[in-house]
Amino acid sequence: MRRSIGKVLRPAARATGPTLIVTYLSLLVLLPIAAILSKSFQNGFGSFWTAVTQPEAVAALKLTLICSLLVAAFNSVAGLVIAWVLVRDDFPGKRVVSAVIDLPFALPTIVAGLTLLSLYGPNSPFGINVADARIGIVFALAFVTLPFSVRSVQPVLAELDRETEDAAASLGASSSVVLRRVILPSVAPAMLAGAGLAFARAIGEFGSVVLISGNLPFKTELASSWIYSLSQSDQLSAAAAVSTVLILIALVVLGAIGIVRRRFNVGEAV
Amino acid sequence: MKSRWRLPLRIVALGYLALLVVIPVGSVFYRAFQHGFIAAWDAVTTPDAVHALWLTLLVVLIAVPLNTVFGVGVSLILARHRFRGAWLLDAFVDLPLAISPVVVGLALVLVYGKTGWFGNWLAGHGIEIIFSFPGIVMASATVALPYVVREVLPVLQEIGTDQEQAATTLGASSFTAFRRITLPSIRRSLAYGVTLTTARVLGEFGAVVVVSGAIAGRTQTLTLFIQDSIDNLNPVGAYAGAVILAILALVVLTVLGADREGRKAKWRSQSDQSPSDSEMPLPSTTSILMSPMDH
Amino acid sequence: MKHSSEPRTHSKWRLVAAGTLPVSLVLGALMLPASASAAGGSVSIVAYSTPKPAYAALIKAFNATKAGAGVTFSQSFGASGSQATAVASGLPADVVNFSLTPDMDKLVKAGIVASSWDKTPTAGMVTNSIVSFIVRKGNPKHIKTWADLVKSNVKIITPNPFSSGSAKWNLMAAYGAQLSLGKTKAQATAYLTQLLSHTAAQPSSASNALQTFLGGEGDVLLDYEDDALYAQRQGEPITIITPPQTILIQNPIAVTSNAANASAAKAFVAYLLSTAGQKVWGQQGYRPVLPKVAAQFKFPTPKKVFTIASLGGWTKVNTTFFTPSTGIVAKIEQGLGVSTASG
Repeated sequence: MRRSIGKVLRPAARATGPTLIVTYLSLLVLLPIAAILSKSFQNGFGSFWTAVTQPEAVAALKLTLICSLLVAAFNSVAGLVIAWVLVRDDFPGKRVVSAVIDLPFALPTIVAGLTLLSLYGPNSPFGINVADARIGIVFALAFVTLPFSVRSVQPVLAELDRETEDAAASLGASSSVVLRRVILPSVAPAMLAGAGLAFARAIGEFGSVVLISGNLPFKTELASSWIYSLSQSDQLSAAAAVSTVLILIALVVLGAIGIVRRRFNVGEAV
Repeated sequence: MKSRWRLPLRIVALGYLALLVVIPVGSVFYRAFQHGFIAAWDAVTTPDAVHALWLTLLVVLIAVPLNTVFGVGVSLILARHRFRGAWLLDAFVDLPLAISPVVVGLALVLVYGKTGWFGNWLAGHGIEIIFSFPGIVMASATVALPYVVREVLPVLQEIGTDQEQAATTLGASSFTAFRRITLPSIRRSLAYGVTLTTARVLGEFGAVVVVSGAIAGRTQTLTLFIQDSIDNLNPVGAYAGAVILAILALVVLTVLGADREGRKAKWRSQSDQSPSDSEMPLPSTTSILMSPMDH
Repeated sequence: MKHSSEPRTHSKWRLVAAGTLPVSLVLGALMLPASASAAGGSVSIVAYSTPKPAYAALIKAFNATKAGAGVTFSQSFGASGSQATAVASGLPADVVNFSLTPDMDKLVKAGIVASSWDKTPTAGMVTNSIVSFIVRKGNPKHIKTWADLVKSNVKIITPNPFSSGSAKWNLMAAYGAQLSLGKTKAQATAYLTQLLSHTAAQPSSASNALQTFLGGEGDVLLDYEDDALYAQRQGEPITIITPPQTILIQNPIAVTSNAANASAAKAFVAYLLSTAGQKVWGQQGYRPVLPKVAAQFKFPTPKKVFTIASLGGWTKVNTTFFTPSTGIVAKIEQGLGVSTASG
């Protein structure tokens, strides 16, 4: 009885699922992005191009890209090391450490920003002052993207089948070979996914970075801050234009990562 | 891993975590209770603060399940089907992160605001989105959209579909196969995903400040209350509020068991000598399906 | 194969999770506010962020009067420009109070505030203030004048002029101060270049700028006097220096034309502009617009206080100085950037 109902419902169910998902995605993402696009070209392509090639925009975009790429790459490696230690190692307080990792996400960006400024700025109790410098930007971006770099690799590491590693080791392979040829290929897709997300978050981040960066035009002003300035100066169309550039860059980077990830997964069920 | 790497790795990992996470988070707690517990308590039990907390909880209770269902659905689609636009769907799920939160808010206003694309239609049907609760939920859901997908999808892709195929061949409905085979295998990554989503929704400020109108006691979430406290040079209120957010995130994390580390999911093998996934013999699938489900 | 215990825990929690959704929807329905039905009605205030504590005192005092008895308020505070944009996008507001006129002009353009809003005895303004210097307690670097700001060992904090109204007041105060010292426009512009090259940071908002300064950055912060006085009252370790030449900051207020509760709103604004209300403003650190009330307070009197009108009015100044990428200040920043940017 259940089987025959299933036979009837299944095609309908199969259709509603994707439909609901596409609707949800449209309402939350596609329509707003379309609105941004529409706003950027509101005054024609000429004004879009002007907005995007203004010296402040170019400087801000360049700085944002460099810092975000650096952070994504660095945190990927850091995330792998941390996930490794959490999965494979054991020490007192490990559960506490693991629990704390997600907290940067839960802190409002202003609190994150103020905290980082007080700890690693001019009044730093450790004598570490990275405020008003590009290194401060990288630091703050690393803070907000770390949870993801760790958590994207962690479940995959935890599910990893250890026998291949053990077999390789017992056959005489060194740790670095095991790492390179057994472990890394398995976690690489997850690392890439984490790096993609870290990059995407980094290019859009505003609140936690803007305090420690000093927000100096042409020196430490990020794209997100320039966009904010444009929106506050009644230049919503220009703000949308620069946002569109960021979205396009993210699309390219994420798309590339997605393609590479799929290459890794060919051979398994995709 | 050889034991000589163990200690150096541990030091590097813990050192980085201490510098980047533990000390800053600890500093937030310290500043919240710097003037005593009573001062912190008083700061977050004002009527506006309490309302802000309730509002934030409500937003979480709606936005997070919505994103979870969406996330699992998208993961299933992407893991199981190859179609031409797959990479685009994949990228679009991550895209909200690349948009500055303030721009997310402005975009939502452009679409759903009174002077926006659907402004007249919504007003005609008496639906308030912008400057009202639904708008806050939408903004929060948007900025936290990809976390469940990014956690669940890689695991789904790694474990493959053999088990479910075996189950459906044996006569199980897709839903049963999903419930008894897929869901347990993504349990841990789902827990991470939900935890990250919750944390992100809890901490969201930029998009919410634009779409909510920041009306104290009405559309002011806890993050907005915190910003307000900072604007009015009330750091205890701000940090105490942040502590509440952190505790909420920790509660979710603990409840979901996302902080628990362990070896592979128990259902897959009882010992480390078990065959890999694709060689799992059919009888195990049957036994899973036929064993009584505990509720 | 033994059925592990994990699914058991998992399904229990799934039930809990599934149960919370309908519960929360019910809670949500209960939480959403019913329309105001208080005795005197409800008035919604949308204002810039600084006067929140002032409004707490003002509302209390207003409720004690006959006209204000039983009136409840909904309040929203935030960055002046953002608040104006929100109201223009449909945020319900009865009373709007911003930190500078262009934000009010936004609402006039959107048809939410009548164009005659400034045809009042106080020209539409409710409070005054001035641009002051905030320095470390005891003024260790002996900063007293605009010239001291650009000394080689002094680092300045001012918000970013393209995202903060406060920064615009700061820069026009600097510019106008030079003019009032007899400098030419070119020299005044050169001074602005010097000032901006001495900034250690240009935070995105006045609030962030104060936090940055209190966090140890810079030697002097340019800010509203009322903001500085509030910080001092909160016990922050600062000294307020009144520059000898400065600009008069004038904050506009209006009742919107689509106010839901126009009568109560008008009564409230009338109170804010009354002697009693202006006295409360004065106690909160704002210079009253009523001269008689202002005389009761001992605010510092700079040698020269000029208004934005003497510099051409905000509309002209905004276009000339603060248009992103093409205004005078933008050109200055670009020039400074070219020399300091390292790629």
